[in-house]
Parts: sequence; C-alpha cells; structure tokens
Amino acid sequence: MNLIEAKNLSLKIGRNPILSDLNFSVPDHSFFCILGPNGAGKSMLIKLILGLFEASAGSLKVFDQSPAQVPAEWVGYVPQIKTFDRSFPGLSTELVISGELGRWPARMTSAQRAKAREALKMVGAESLEDRSLHQLSGGELQRVFLARAFILPRRLLILDEPATGIDTLGEADLYSLLEEYGKRNSCNIIMITHDVDVARHHASHVLLLNHRQIQFSDRDSGLSEEQLERAFGHSQHHHA
Amino acid sequence: MLELLQYRFIQYAIVGSVLVGFLCSYFSVFIVQRRMSFLGSGLSHATFGGVALGLLLGVNPLWAATPFTLLVALGITWIRQKSRLHVDAVVGVLFSVSMALGIVFLSLRKEYSADAMTYLFGSILAIDASDIWMSAALVGLCLACFPLWGAWAYSSFDRELALAGRRPVQREDYILIFLIALSVVVAVKVLGIILLAAFLVIPGASARLISRTFFQMTLWSILFGVSSSLSGIFLSYYLDLPSGASIILVQTAFFGLAFFLRKRESA
Repeated sequence: MNLIEAKNLSLKIGRNPILSDLNFSVPDHSFFCILGPNGAGKSMLIKLILGLFEASAGSLKVFDQSPAQVPAEWVGYVPQIKTFDRSFPGLSTELVISGELGRWPARMTSAQRAKAREALKMVGAESLEDRSLHQLSGGELQRVFLARAFILPRRLLILDEPATGIDTLGEADLYSLLEEYGKRNSCNIIMITHDVDVARHHASHVLLLNHRQIQFSDRDSGLSEEQLERAFGHSQHHHA
Repeated sequence: MLELLQYRFIQYAIVGSVLVGFLCSYFSVFIVQRRMSFLGSGLSHATFGGVALGLLLGVNPLWAATPFTLLVALGITWIRQKSRLHVDAVVGVLFSVSMALGIVFLSLRKEYSADAMTYLFGSILAIDASDIWMSAALVGLCLACFPLWGAWAYSSFDRELALAGRRPVQREDYILIFLIALSVVVAVKVLGIILLAAFLVIPGASARLISRTFFQMTLWSILFGVSSSLSGIFLSYYLDLPSGASIILVQTAFFGLAFFLRKRESA
C-alpha cells in the first residue's frame, strides 16, 4: 500500500497555478517531509491530502483511496498555529477531546477528562490541562494540538510547520516525540518544514517543492545541494 | 404587579419575550464568535422588506417576512460561496436591496402605514397568540437541534479543523443561518427591526467576558437574554417606553457589569 501517490497532480485557484504536475509516491510507514520556501504551495498540498480541496488535474491517492474517502479518525492533523483564533473560549482538555469526538464538547465526562489528561501527558503537557487556550504560548498550543492528534491511534499524522514558535530545545523534543509515536503506532508522518536539516535527519522521503516538483528523494538518494539552491534560491537555510 | 399579570396582552408579552430572548441569545454566541454581527443586522433589515410586502398584500406581515428573510439568508450564503466577496460585502448589498424594496412596497400602499412603526421599533401590544406559537415551535426546533451545538462550536473554533474531521460544515452553516433568520422574524415584533441586531450581539459579547468555556458562554448568554427580555418588558410597561429599546438598555447594563466582573485572564 502507498501512503501517497500523486500523478500529474495540479492545483489552480482561480487562474493561479498553485501546484503543477507533481509526480511521486511514498510507501506506507514513512516519515515524509515537504520542503520548500514560503509560498511554495506546501500548505495547499497538505489541504489536498486532507481532502479539503480537489485537484484541478491529475490524481492524488492517500492510502490508495481518494483523500476525501479516508476515515477522519485515521488522520491526526496539527495545523499551523499562527492561523488559530485565540478569542475562542476553550480549555486545553476540550481541544484535545475534540480530536476524538469530531465536535466541540459541551460538558466533558470524567472518562473523557482522564483520556485528555493521558494524551497531554504523552506530550509532557499535563500541567496545561486546565488552562484557557488563549493563555498558551505558541509552543504550548503546539503541544496541545499534538495531544489532540495522539488521542486516537492514528495511521497518519500531518503537521504544518510544527517548529514555528518553539525554541530549539522544544523543537528537538518535538521530533523525538513524533518519532516515538510513529514507531509505537506504526503511524506515518507528513510534515511541512523549511528547515533542510530537519528533513535530512528525520525524513524517509523528501519532496522539494516550489510550485513545481524540484526533487523527490528517499533516504538513499538524498538531497542535492544544487537542487536545494534551485528551490530556495540561495543556501542560507543550512544550519551548522 | 400581580394585577398586571391578569392582562392577556401582558401574558403574551412576557411569554413571547422570554421565548424570543432565548432564541436570540442562543444564536448570539455563534454570531459573536464567528464575527457575523453584521449578518444579524442584515437579516433584521431584510425582514423589513418582507414585512412591507405583507402590509402591501394585506396578509399577516410575518407570513410574508418569513420566506423573504429566508431567501435573503440563502442569498447571502450562496453568493458568498460562489464569489470571492467577504460576507460583510454580500450582506451590505442584500441589506440595502431589502430596505429599498421595503420602502417601495410601503409607498405603493395607499393608506398610511402606522403598523410599520410597530415593526421598526417593536411593540409588546402587537404580540398575539400566533406569534407565541411560532416562537414556541422555533424554540422546540432549536432544542431538538441541540446536538448541532457541538458541530457549530467546532467550526466556529476552526472551520478547517472541522472540515478535516469530515464534518458537513457547509450544510451545518445553512441550518445555522436558517434558524437565525427564523429567529429574527419571530423576534421582530418584540424588539423591532432597528434594535434586533443588538440582541444578536450583546448577550453573547457579555457572556464572552466572563466565560472560560464555550458552553459556559452559551449558558450565560441565554441567562442574560431571557432576564433582560423579562425586565425590559416590565420597564417598558411602567415607563411607557418601546419594548425593544428597554430590553437593549437592560442588556447594556449587563454588559457593563460583565465588563467590570470579567476574569482578568480573559481580558
């Protein structure tokens, strides 16, 4: 089974080509990184994979099915934190349990509360249990969203730039949490990043994207400096 | 006070305003959290077009206002989905069209439209048994739809998250806007077109100030809505003021109270 299979995949919004002619396939049990500069269409590719948009041309299969057919409970989605509405009155535990219920809870049962606490513990955030969402820092909110994804055994975790708003220490922690969860549940991970080193160290497959497919590689073929330069236009994204 | 309750019109006014207060304040939380306050304003003005049509045709104005307002609600949602316009622009267009149509309908009418004033400013004297039944039926419908509360709350929090969870968000939004439109129609006699939009915002906004969860916010909003309706009606009777204005002034007092009592963390 393949996790993702894209054939001549294109997406236009209005007359703007967002993604054109992507061709790649990622097998099941992978850690797949989508790498590219800002505005390269990475988030739109994620939205196609989630089934929120339909391709303008070509085809995309997720677990060998059309994306909208993949059961919701298979997928844990951690959105970009910067788009989140902080004025919503809610608690960390409510957000976590919404990942299981598929709706916002009115009143939580003690069993639900315990389950949410368990998931928060998995990401080292049990102290955030009773906190209001708008009191959380970017990194804390990221953890709560991660706990929300972890509340069910998933087959796929999708993370949109999870490192935004997290310090370096927290970032290393985040990747080890992801790898551990992925191994334990034999769960796939798809992650957007613009950090080349993160993709190098953690990913089994990397798509280098800038509207077009610059390069697709597995662990063996690796990323070439030349292609990275083509995608980013310069090589300042390399970290020591 | 007790002898007051013997009057049939006062009984209607009390029951009617409690029902209407429940409806408006329940939906107020979604309107506030989704930043749709202009939509409430648009729908109540759309009702004016419908009421004027009813007066022109000589039928019960609310029977004409119901399909008219629903059509405008449908139009707002549909145009927004089919175009790249923001909801406030679409509401702005349909709001003015409905007002213009309302004015045309009233001017086509030969006799003087004194009853139009009832609908503009609200009057408890105008509430009759059919209004009570309509409001009660709508309250029943909303209670039956309570399972949708969690769905609406979820997409109010984050629409994309709800969509990714395979919720039929578009259909749920249509149901929400339809129920809001119906609530606006039944509320128009008590509150009046001009002040109705305020009732769709103030209870939710006051509740937001003192609530930590969305469920708490919903309960507080309903409490504010129902109690301000009741006290507004009595104020209106004793001080001989229009009911809509009295209710909104009581609500403003609640808002001020909530503002001073608000939890520091939610400031």
